[in-house]
Amino acid sequence: MSEWKAIVALEEIPQLGSRVVRAGSGDIAIFRTSSDKVFALHDQCPHKGGPLSQGIVHGEKVTCPLHNWNISLVDGTAAAPDEGQTACFEVKVENGQVFLKT
Amino acid sequence: MKKLKLVVIGNGMAGMRTVEELLKIAPELYDITVYGDEPYPNYNRIMLSPVLANEQTIDDIILNSREWYAEHGITLHTGKRINKIDRVSRVVTAEDGTSSKYDRLLLATGSMPFMLPIPGKELNGVIGYRDIKDTNIMIAAAKKYKNAVVIGGGLLGLEAANGLKIQGMDVTVVHIHDTLLERQLDATAGRMLKKSLEAKGLKFLMRQQSDSVIGKDGRVAALRFKDGTEIPADLLVMAVGIRPNFALAESAGIHCDRGIVVNDTMQTYDPRIYAVGECVSHRGMSYGLVAPLFEMAKVCATHLGNFGIGRYVGSVTSTKLKVTGIDLFSAGDFSGGEGTEEIVLHDAVGGVYKKLVVKDDKIVGSVLYGDTTDGSWYFQMLKDNKDIHEIRDHLMFGQNHLGDAGHKGQTQAAAMADSAEVCGCNGVCKGAIVKSIKENGLFTLDEVRKHTKASASCGSCTGLVEQLLASCIGGAYQPADTSSKPMCGCTDHSHGEVRENIRERKFLDIPTVMRELQWRTPNGCASCRPALNYYLISTWPHEAIDDPQSRFINERAHANIQKDGTYSVVPRMWGGLTTPNELRAIADVTDKFKIPTVKVTGGQRIDLLGAKKEDLPAIWNDLSKAGMVSGHAYGKSIRTVKTCVGAEHCRFGTQLAMDMGVKLEKMMFGMWSPHKVKFAVSGCPRNCAEAGIKDVGVIGLESGYELYVAGNGGIKTEVAQFFCKVASDEDVMEYSGAFIQLYREEGYYLERTVHYVNRVGLDYCKAKVVEDAANRRELYERLLYSLQGYVDPWAERAQPSKVRREFEILEIS
Ligand code: SRM
Ligand SMILES: Cc1cc2nc3c(=O)[nH]c(=O)nc-3n(C[C@H](O)[C@H](O)[C@H](O)COP(=O)(O)OP(=O)(O)OC[C@H]3O[C@@H](n4cnc5c(N)ncnc54)[C@H](O)[C@@H]3O)c2cc1C
Ligand code: SF4
Ligand code: FES
Repeated sequence: MSEWKAIVALEEIPQLGSRVVRAGSGDIAIFRTSSDKVFALHDQCPHKGGPLSQGIVHGEKVTCPLHNWNISLVDGTAAAPDEGQTACFEVKVENGQVFLKT
Repeated sequence: MKKLKLVVIGNGMAGMRTVEELLKIAPELYDITVYGDEPYPNYNRIMLSPVLANEQTIDDIILNSREWYAEHGITLHTGKRINKIDRVSRVVTAEDGTSSKYDRLLLATGSMPFMLPIPGKELNGVIGYRDIKDTNIMIAAAKKYKNAVVIGGGLLGLEAANGLKIQGMDVTVVHIHDTLLERQLDATAGRMLKKSLEAKGLKFLMRQQSDSVIGKDGRVAALRFKDGTEIPADLLVMAVGIRPNFALAESAGIHCDRGIVVNDTMQTYDPRIYAVGECVSHRGMSYGLVAPLFEMAKVCATHLGNFGIGRYVGSVTSTKLKVTGIDLFSAGDFSGGEGTEEIVLHDAVGGVYKKLVVKDDKIVGSVLYGDTTDGSWYFQMLKDNKDIHEIRDHLMFGQNHLGDAGHKGQTQAAAMADSAEVCGCNGVCKGAIVKSIKENGLFTLDEVRKHTKASASCGSCTGLVEQLLASCIGGAYQPADTSSKPMCGCTDHSHGEVRENIRERKFLDIPTVMRELQWRTPNGCASCRPALNYYLISTWPHEAIDDPQSRFINERAHANIQKDGTYSVVPRMWGGLTTPNELRAIADVTDKFKIPTVKVTGGQRIDLLGAKKEDLPAIWNDLSKAGMVSGHAYGKSIRTVKTCVGAEHCRFGTQLAMDMGVKLEKMMFGMWSPHKVKFAVSGCPRNCAEAGIKDVGVIGLESGYELYVAGNGGIKTEVAQFFCKVASDEDVMEYSGAFIQLYREEGYYLERTVHYVNRVGLDYCKAKVVEDAANRRELYERLLYSLQGYVDPWAERAQPSKVRREFEILEIS
């Protein structure tokens, strides 16, 4: 049964940064863009499992810290020429609070 | 005084080069009229290959625009072919009746492709490869037809074939000999070349003799060979050789012998008439490459200009094949023969083949395939007749290997003699380039090209010319490579431009830089953001905003990320020294946090590998209590100062190496730099701290210290170069600090000291640091200023604070 859960205040995620949420199914990375959009991805690069939460965020992408793949925050797909996809999760921001559907 | 009339027949590379040279030395002497039968102003014929290969356009290769002719008062007749020279009344007449009177006449009619005299050669679609028209025909044919056949496996044929392939045609090269480029390459190199061209999709028919061209509806359809076989051909390019174009001269009664015969002043048998270029026969030789033609042009100009100096005595030529991705260089006599020895290096798998032919301790020929870096070096020695006895052992390993700390080895260009040739196409030597850069105040590659012609033809010497520019004007120079090369896809600006803008316009944060310099992406990318952040904080210390989100994770988390997402912790051990107390703290931390691996690093300290990110602040807290701080093993920053035991303990030690090392490391604690920085201090020349491969190496001597800079022990080992000798510990700090600050201010992101010094030149760094005491002091003070008040990042994060949230994991409530 998936439901919305309050995770953290938006303020507590740096712009162009991320926070890690420990979930039963593995870590989830929550990203905040420069325009305050929030995205959530499974914290594992489709390449070799690098922790995407530790990457550099730009536009609506994150660059994996291990071998520089660029992963879309919107749908978790790797930018060409690389191929692969990471699972995404639904997130929303209400009254400055970030909610995650798990 | 009324000007003399000079008429030039042939608006090509040799003719116009002569005119340019003439304008340099006697701009007022002549009224000049130029006739050319092509409808274009003078263009760079050798670049027709890159045009066919889609690498350049016709516009790019124009050498002298119509405006240029007008500016110099030259009357230009394009599309007009001279068919008559009247030597008695001194008039030349073109096919359309246009005529001009001359006092002096210059013939520069070039040559024509040799067309095999076989049946069918006049069919449509059978062409040579010589001019823009031919190039356009090929490009158009590729749009319509499929099969191209090139007869001739020489330089021209292969470049044509490669271009046609890139244009999308199915290309077969027909060659009469066993191996390709048999006049430039030996059999081994020829075979390697064939293999790489086959990998590019070209097909070859070797040892085939053409018999006739078969047509259909007036157009070529197939090529038939002497053995009766045929291959389909919708386009047939003959590249089997060139024939000097001397029919016009001959018809005017000028002595010709397979070319217009000239003496060493480029004068023909008629003293009013000169000739240059491919159309001449000089001492029985005709040349088909630009380098000799340009030498002729220079000599000819001095005689036309009434200076009467200079003789042309013939040329030794070298060749390169202009097919992108294939490196090939050949010069002199490589066939060996009596009295010669060969030095050969052959790496079939790596695709490298080098052969030097040596006779009486002199290089007489060379063939390089796959790695041509040292081609011009070998060629220079060949032309100079240099005795190579002493350097024979190193020859094969190239020029780089000659210099080491002991030789005070220079950057490549810096180490060249003034008389060494830099640009092979245009015969420009180092001295001339340096002089022109200095006298004319040149700053860019383009200006050097304009003023000296160096690197203006095939461009393969561009790297060397850039080095010379950099060594002359240092930081003011932005290499074309990087200046035309944007930092990344987010911007059109190069690293140099961005640095300059940040300094000049005092930008203090990344969004401002991106806005003012019109970044194309909203927040850059993982490649430009860290660079921008570094440029900001290094240019405006204590003022610019240091953005953690623009730092690579290691710098943001102050630890090294591992393949499994854990981190490693490397506490600083100043100068490689530690204490029981520190070791105890490390042992305790290892137990407490269940660190799986403890390792002694190559940098004289201890690495705790496999720490969880969320444990880092607590680990640091414990280490801090024992007085340990971050080792910055993770940053583009000062890493380690490696030391030997020095005079403190060693029976040979002359200086207190450990003490010096600790002082240097403390001086630089917290220093960010374009790339990582490593120092070493050895107590005597036995150099146990390996100072010869560090960014700065310090070697103690009885009388003081020697400083070496720009060494690198990593991807490509580079031996540090001797920088200067200093007397005291204070001097070591000031000189090395100033050098590092220069690098911090001018280096491009991810450029290590060796690359920075190679770019700007060691002499430049010496001028700024060693020779200019006031500047050195200022650099040193700027370094100290930027490091003022640096707080250990570990201690900072060990305490609860906002920067610590980076390490905190959120739980689902
Ligand atoms: C830990 C250590 C290996 C060891 O166990 O001994 C090490 C580990 C790494 N080195 Fe190194 N280097 C280590 C000494 C060296 C040395 C030897 C030295 O410093 O005396 C060199 C050659 C000297 C030099 O730098 O000129 C060296 C040349 C490199 C290079 C090539 C640099 C170059 O310019 O060619 C890289 C790649 C880079 O930095 O881009 C590199 C990169 C790395 C990285 C940071 C790779 C990375 O980006 O993750 C490694 C981190 C491993 C990890 O997971 O923690 N490491 N590395 C050494 C740490 C020394 C220290 O105490 O700080
Ligand atoms: C595709 C290609 C690639 C090449 N690559 C290289 C290379 O990489 N390196 C190298 O060193 N060399 C190379 N060459 C050779 C080089 O281009 C020539 O050596 C050089 O251009 C010769 O200069 P030139 O002035 O003697 O002749 P040209 O440049 O041919 O100039 C002669 C001009 O005179 C004109 N002309 C002739 N007769 C008359 C007349 N009666 N009236 C009016 N005009 C006339 C011709 O149309 C022509 O424009 C290459 C050549 C080609 C075609
Ligand atoms: S040499 Fe350096 S970068 Fe390579 S595996 Fe070893 S530690 Fe890593
Ligand atoms: S694990 Fe992410 S790029 Fe390799």
